[in-house]
Amino acid sequence: MRLNELTWIIGGAQGSGVDSSANVFGRACAYGGLHVFGKREYYSNIMGEHSYFQIRVAAKPIRSHMDPINVLATFDAETIFRHFRDVTSDGAIIYDPSLVKTRIDDVPTLEAPVKQSLKSHLIALGLGETIRGALDAAAQRGVRLQPIPMSDFLADVAKKFNVDSLSKLSRMVNVLAVSASFGMLHYDFAEVAKAVQFVFRAKKSVAEMNVHGAKLAYDLVREKGTDGFAHRLSPIPAKDRRVYLAGSQAVGLGKMLSGCRFQTYYPITPASDESEYLEANQILPAGLAPDEPEAEEAAFLKENGNSIVVMQTEDEIAAIVMANGAALAGARSSTATSGPGFCLMMEGIGWAAINEVPVVITLYQRAGPSTGMPTRHEQGDLRFAIHAGHGDSPRIVFASGDLEESLYDTVKSFNFAERYQTPVIHLVDKALANSTQTLPYPVLDGVRIDRGELARPIEDGDYRRFRLTPNGISPRAVLGMRGTIFWNTGDEHDENGHITEDPTLRVLMMTKRMGKLGLALEEIPADDQFRYYGDADAETVVVSWGSTKGAILDAMDVLRGEGRKIGFLQFRLLHPFPTQHASRLLQGRTNLVDVEMNYSSPLVGLIREHTGIVVPHAIVKFQGRAMSCNELRDALAAVLDGNAEPRQVLIHGA
Amino acid sequence: MAPETILKPADFQTEVHNDWCPGCGDFGILKAMQMALADLKFERHNVAMFSGIGCSAKTVHYIDTYGIHTLHGRVLPFAMGAKLANPGLEVIAMGGDGDGLGIGAGHFVNAGRRNLDMMYVIFNNGVYGLTKGQASPTLKLGLKPKSLPKANINDAVNPLWLAIASGATFVARAYSFDIKHLKDLFVKGIQHRGYAFIDVLQPCPTYNNLNTKDWYGGEDRHDESGKRMPRVYKLEERGFDPLVRTEDEADEKKLQALRVAAEWGDAIPIGVFYQNPLLATFEDRLREQIPGYMEEPPAKQVIADAAGRPTVRVQKFLDELVVT
Repeated sequence: MRLNELTWIIGGAQGSGVDSSANVFGRACAYGGLHVFGKREYYSNIMGEHSYFQIRVAAKPIRSHMDPINVLATFDAETIFRHFRDVTSDGAIIYDPSLVKTRIDDVPTLEAPVKQSLKSHLIALGLGETIRGALDAAAQRGVRLQPIPMSDFLADVAKKFNVDSLSKLSRMVNVLAVSASFGMLHYDFAEVAKAVQFVFRAKKSVAEMNVHGAKLAYDLVREKGTDGFAHRLSPIPAKDRRVYLAGSQAVGLGKMLSGCRFQTYYPITPASDESEYLEANQILPAGLAPDEPEAEEAAFLKENGNSIVVMQTEDEIAAIVMANGAALAGARSSTATSGPGFCLMMEGIGWAAINEVPVVITLYQRAGPSTGMPTRHEQGDLRFAIHAGHGDSPRIVFASGDLEESLYDTVKSFNFAERYQTPVIHLVDKALANSTQTLPYPVLDGVRIDRGELARPIEDGDYRRFRLTPNGISPRAVLGMRGTIFWNTGDEHDENGHITEDPTLRVLMMTKRMGKLGLALEEIPADDQFRYYGDADAETVVVSWGSTKGAILDAMDVLRGEGRKIGFLQFRLLHPFPTQHASRLLQGRTNLVDVEMNYSSPLVGLIREHTGIVVPHAIVKFQGRAMSCNELRDALAAVLDGNAEPRQVLIHGA
Repeated sequence: MAPETILKPADFQTEVHNDWCPGCGDFGILKAMQMALADLKFERHNVAMFSGIGCSAKTVHYIDTYGIHTLHGRVLPFAMGAKLANPGLEVIAMGGDGDGLGIGAGHFVNAGRRNLDMMYVIFNNGVYGLTKGQASPTLKLGLKPKSLPKANINDAVNPLWLAIASGATFVARAYSFDIKHLKDLFVKGIQHRGYAFIDVLQPCPTYNNLNTKDWYGGEDRHDESGKRMPRVYKLEERGFDPLVRTEDEADEKKLQALRVAAEWGDAIPIGVFYQNPLLATFEDRLREQIPGYMEEPPAKQVIADAAGRPTVRVQKFLDELVVT
């Protein structure tokens, strides 16, 4: 029996409540002290297309998903058709028996190749092209089938709570499927009820009805007897305090914490969630420590808190330049977008660079080019972020690898932006935005805000915004600060900010601006430039950046558990490139392997460009779904075993 | 605190060399702006001027306040960002007709929807001067200034119509060679509580040989006594009343403004076409959501203590996410 080591999926039509039910499942597990990693997949569609939520549960911290499904919770036909082949032979499928006659051709949202593949599979087994056939195919492999009479249960709930129409309860089938899953797994129902109550806390009557329905489904499964089922979940004592959150919340919390007080956005998947989270929570509790001198300020903060203005703009051009305008006035400001929106921001980023405006662009990468696959994952914008815009213009490109980094790195992004007075592009992606994870309660004691070198109000002073200084940093005044009149222009400028085409000044100003990147490399702590994991002396070292980190670390744990030696160099600062660290850590390794969620392995090129080191192996994935722990483990094992193709393309995931 | 020195128009002049063509209509706008700033007794550091790209955009370098010369077409969102971050600033945006109505037309419309308390001035001369006289969005269909190889085959947009349709709450037109009148409109526009748009007819002496100073001034036509008959006339001299006094007359006043703004050719009205001080500003609307917005706007908030520790207490939000 496998205890507390599970992959569970729930699927359904978009708009039918799949996210809420996954939230119930994840929370119920988390309440029981289990570690949870969740991954959300959905179409670019409001209603009707197939979405699913995959949750992995374990007794130890986990950072990625696994492809094999142990329990598949369904309430529609499409979810069964799409996922039944991925259920392990010791697993189970929860389903609505009223659907068994549904044919493949009855499901219009299945793409033609999927239909074809399903039909071939079932025909080969001599089974019908129906849900019955699919279920039988699974059962032949040993998969347990657990029917839940959804409509009977809904009728029971309707009767008990005097609901006049069953259609009002239709979304409850989600919770029935979740609760039936927990019945299969012999999990503690108290935790399930608690999670249901939390997720539906906005309306007490709805919460009660759902708890009642959940109990019916749970009891039915337990009564049927599931003793021989190979998978179990059981609460374990949690020694630490944990939160369960999504990546977009992690970045949003980072923005609150960082002092970001002005955020712009134009609606785009998967970036909008963050802005909406900020707007929903725009009044921020605040206060100074009692020993702080500014008593008046402290009193105001205590009473009114801080607040963040979130502006939905007319386009992404307005989003970046409005953020620039707010930054000039002295607010920490940022915008959040994805590839297509980032494309529109080039001129605003270049303007910020030449005028040394601190602004943060949170770039949620998704599959491109063009509209690409708007709701699917890719790390396709590394080179784009580094080179965005025309001319030589300084920017810092900083990539987070997991939810914790996303939170803390957001604060650091603002610190870098203000310290080096230049745009910072914080690279995150769809996988991070839509992953949920249990994490230790964030430790905020060490968080510091560094506003860089600021000018002070002066009388009759000679303030020059772009004063040439030894390190290239000029004290920064903000609009409205007495005695600090300055000019900005997208043209090359003199120390005051007036237009110049003087060749000598041009050289001085270019050198000043670009030189800040060298300063950043000197000053930014090594831990923010890279992180090294695994065996220090490994011959095989993975190089990567961004959200592949979770799958890499989990796959390495498996490989190292098998007695293999492997290391992982995670690049966090991508521009300016940490050349010396990279050279030192990669020189002399015989077996370097690049892992990226894109087609062309841009990190391989960057490493070669900056260090001359050749990375001979690449593992890439570009079908839009994040790498799983198991597929990456297999690909890395092939590299370690010396029988890998130079370029392996991963393809798992629906 | 020492009593503030009241600045004169000349005090708002910088030493930067002005490289506009001789006879350019921009000079009048620059002078009127400096006069308006002095009239309003502004201190330098409370005024932030934003401009787009083009000859008009150089204006900010000639005025001794904050001068933010931005990107082609993007002046409004830059200016709005600064105003939203610090609503205490006097924010004035300016740019050319191509800047505001061509490449920046989307921002023009959306600025109207918001009604921030700021002013936007378009220098309207019908051509893209700095790139040598291509047709701008305000050049009438079929016209062929000497700089064009062929007559203009795009129709013109009416900036006043577009401003009214977009929601601007103060809409005016001025003529850059009537500096006193222009200055008065700037003062009114700045004092207006809400978004003020001023379209300034500004002849380009180098590329637009059709809508010239002489043409606007009527040098080509004379009455029976031989007196020239200017094309430009002032709305206020004909008893035009643009002011919305109750919310229910707003639409009627807009329609009235559209009718008079349709006039062109022999009679070109200048003055205030529409003024509605009753509509809530964007700042008012934000205040509904954030009660302390005006007192502690984004740019004025204390975000860290002396040791750099954040002042915000995100624990409240983290606690909502706690599972164990």
